[in-house]
Amino acid sequence: MSKNLDINVHHLTRVEGHGNIVINMKEGRLEKAELQIVEAPRYFEALLKGRSFHEAAIITSRICGICALGHQIASLKATEDALGLEVSEQTILLRKLLVNGATLQSNVLHVYFLVAPDLLNAPSVFPLIPTHKNVILRALRMKRLANDIGDIVSGRAVHPITPVPGGFTHIPTAGELKELRRRLIEEGLPDVVETVKTIKSLAGRIPDFVRETEYISLQDKNEYALYDGEIFSSDTGATAVRNYRDITSEFVVAHSTSKHARHARSSYMVGALARWNNNHNQLTEISLNAAEEMGLKPDCYNPYLNNVAQVVECAHCVEDSIAIIDRLLELGLKNEKPNQTPTKYGVGIGSTEVPRGILFHEYEYDRKGNIVFANCIIPTGQNLANIDDDMKKLVPEIIDKPKKDITKQLEMLVRAYDPCISCSVHLLNVKFINDSED
Amino acid sequence: MSTQTAPKTKPQIAFFDFTSCEGCQLNKLNLENHLLEILEHVDIVEFREAMDDKADAYDIAFIEGSISTPSCVERIHDIRRRAKILVALGSCAVTGGINAMKNLQPIEDVRETVYGKDKYLFPTLPAMPVSAIVKVDYEIHGCPMSIPEFLVVFKALVMGKQPIKPDSPVCVECKLRENECLYDRGMVCLGPITLSGCDAICPSFGQFCTGCRGLVPDANKNAMLDILTDHGLSLQEAEKRLLLFNSYKQPDTFK
Repeated sequence: MSKNLDINVHHLTRVEGHGNIVINMKEGRLEKAELQIVEAPRYFEALLKGRSFHEAAIITSRICGICALGHQIASLKATEDALGLEVSEQTILLRKLLVNGATLQSNVLHVYFLVAPDLLNAPSVFPLIPTHKNVILRALRMKRLANDIGDIVSGRAVHPITPVPGGFTHIPTAGELKELRRRLIEEGLPDVVETVKTIKSLAGRIPDFVRETEYISLQDKNEYALYDGEIFSSDTGATAVRNYRDITSEFVVAHSTSKHARHARSSYMVGALARWNNNHNQLTEISLNAAEEMGLKPDCYNPYLNNVAQVVECAHCVEDSIAIIDRLLELGLKNEKPNQTPTKYGVGIGSTEVPRGILFHEYEYDRKGNIVFANCIIPTGQNLANIDDDMKKLVPEIIDKPKKDITKQLEMLVRAYDPCISCSVHLLNVKFINDSED
Repeated sequence: MSTQTAPKTKPQIAFFDFTSCEGCQLNKLNLENHLLEILEHVDIVEFREAMDDKADAYDIAFIEGSISTPSCVERIHDIRRRAKILVALGSCAVTGGINAMKNLQPIEDVRETVYGKDKYLFPTLPAMPVSAIVKVDYEIHGCPMSIPEFLVVFKALVMGKQPIKPDSPVCVECKLRENECLYDRGMVCLGPITLSGCDAICPSFGQFCTGCRGLVPDANKNAMLDILTDHGLSLQEAEKRLLLFNSYKQPDTFK
């Protein structure tokens, strides 16, 4: 019972990117609990220097394959803000449809393929194929539907092609959107209902752990904010996006190639759970019923339930996509050319919600429309300090469990955040440094 | 009955990610309609992004991402030693891709831009394609890698055949799709010197070719620069556009 513990998970699996979990406890005193980010640095802010506004979103899309659409949206909004480019209602609606598709895709991938194996004690989704074939087929069908939104509206779900500053290079046809709408209703909604049942049946296996923190997300007075809004903190209320640096205050720590962030406390959380806590009252009935059925309540302080909030958002994305398509069809699709004539040059900031949380891009353009300065603040980077703080509270609470159980629970904690380490730089693995204590 | 004819051992395959966005791996998971079929013909023995398992040796190792740190160099040597066939997957692994843009700036400036005074915490090398360090048996181009091309190469390798490599420019595929040339629509495009195999997906959606698949063999850089400058780019802008995905091969290695 000497309460010594060394955990070192090297290159954590089932997360996007490379990270390690390192825990050191000596004689009951926790000396270290950190998620080390060891992803190779990408240096995007440097790559953007001198690049034309036509190229910025093409480059930033490559920050992350999973959040490519989100990086494009934040990038386009920053460029449009800096250059004074107005966009049409049709452009905004098509972008919101894309955001729903990308959020649905990412949340389905994460919950079914990366988290569910933990709840079923499997090392990956692959052994579950023979035993849970219908569930896997449902997940694949939902992913395909979500990716088809991306393929049809943006040309390609990974590194979208058509979204450019000022609009789109290609507009989908009414027939394509009607077919998507049909599938959203006939496949999407029933699959969401079944997903809720599946998660409800596994909810008892989600660890019970509570740590209240500050929750930060966008908030939009008109709708559940995924595309746009102002910054909202559960501690301090609303802040304009242009003041984002007051919120994010990034700093470098030696154990992470991704920078950390803090605001009102030592750390804050972004992502589906933060959005749920801040904006749940704007969800419609289907999503709220899904939440109730799975036992997710407002002001939820269990980070593991981020995954349940992701399922609630799947319901929202399907429902909202149908409404957006209805609106687009009602307006009539116009073959608009993107508005790419700058009316000014200077600094612009774009913020949007990506599946993992609030994202900021800031660019400064010179009079030729080339970038002189760029800053990108990534959700996973913002969550890193919060993950460390969670681990510091969690480890002493579960210290009497066998080491393999402690390790699994820590890995599940990191995974619950759906970290995107390529984005933040890249994520981590946990390995045991010293196995003498068990 | 089906177990009677099934071979005892299926090819053992693995996926590894280096400096990249992991979008190529994601693109594989986006093969929703084919994924279960593929899994009937191979055993995935290592794929960190999706599974916990690890293996000692691989029949086919797929590598995504560029080599850009000292630890990347060690890892790729280790994987090469244990892999019968090594396939580079996507632009970052094949040409260095967008990562190699950092090679165009002094490395100290790049590090300082991002990490400021803390730049020495994180070691870095120029971004390199996998083939700069170890022998690469096959390459699947594109950012992200093209799914149809992946399936062609994958099927060929699993059947023990040689995949055929395209060597024509994107313009050929663009013409086959009967697209209006983007130059006629007042845009500039790298289709004339970029390796085909993507089915001209970007021009087909009204967007210019960014050169993500790398250059055709013996690409005529000067003629391309002439076209770009004739269509409104300054020489400096034209050179920058050419380097977007193709910075690793320095300009003086062009013919």
